[in-house]
Amino acid sequence: MKIRQIAELLDCEVIIGEEFLDREVKYAFGSDLMSDVLAYTEEDTVLLTGLCNNQVIRTAEMLDLKTIVFVRGKCPSEDVIELAKEDDILILRTEHTMYSASGILYSHGLEGTSI
Amino acid sequence: MILARDNNDVAMMKDFEVTTDDFSSAGIASSKIKKILRQIGIDSGVIRRIAIATYEAEINVAIHSYGGKIEVYIKSDRVEIFVEDTGPGIADLDLAMQKGYSTASKEIRELGFGAGMGLPNMEKCSDDFHIESEVEKYTAIKMTFNL
Repeated sequence: MKIRQIAELLDCEVIIGEEFLDREVKYAFGSDLMSDVLAYTEEDTVLLTGLCNNQVIRTAEMLDLKTIVFVRGKCPSEDVIELAKEDDILILRTEHTMYSASGILYSHGLEGTSI
Repeated sequence: MILARDNNDVAMMKDFEVTTDDFSSAGIASSKIKKILRQIGIDSGVIRRIAIATYEAEINVAIHSYGGKIEVYIKSDRVEIFVEDTGPGIADLDLAMQKGYSTASKEIRELGFGAGMGLPNMEKCSDDFHIESEVEKYTAIKMTFNL
């Protein structure tokens, strides 16, 4: 699924990385626990999270995840955005909860990773 | 230095301090290591495994220890990562290696870590994993990644 479609489905605000909206992902993974993201996430995955600190960006960087959707209207601080810029990470923000955002994407065919 | 180093066939060695005063800066060493490995042209799948394991280790040092060091030995056929800290150590290594076991505080869990997945994940990502510890003294890890 194209990130552009994800952004439309979830009524996202693009925080950074508008030029990367044509990227594609095969899977989505939703968690506020970076330990689990590190243990279970494949590449080509969009990360949905309500956690909003530097370690979310670091986690994405280590896993080669290129797109993060902050759910529940969470807004990253400037230093978090700066860190994402260094690694060409696209950041979206949606008012949907984790549950609703996941449901919308799943019902449109975006699958989760199997663990 | 706690674990023995084998200096034969070392093409490059880098070392990084890990401090514990600022959790938001945890991951800087792993980020630098990942960039170095990419510049050298190591296979991206191997880099990913090294990055995940090193980051997990760095987070552990930042959370649990009084400070530590990460050393990277790049050899012709492998990458060796040494992570050594001074700190409380680990009383029961078998227990610590179990998925889901963690002594991390509530504050650390709120920051997204402390799920008890770090050590098992390091073992999963590396081709060889060695850990030793002495309570109230140190924890030392050696991870080997075959190229």
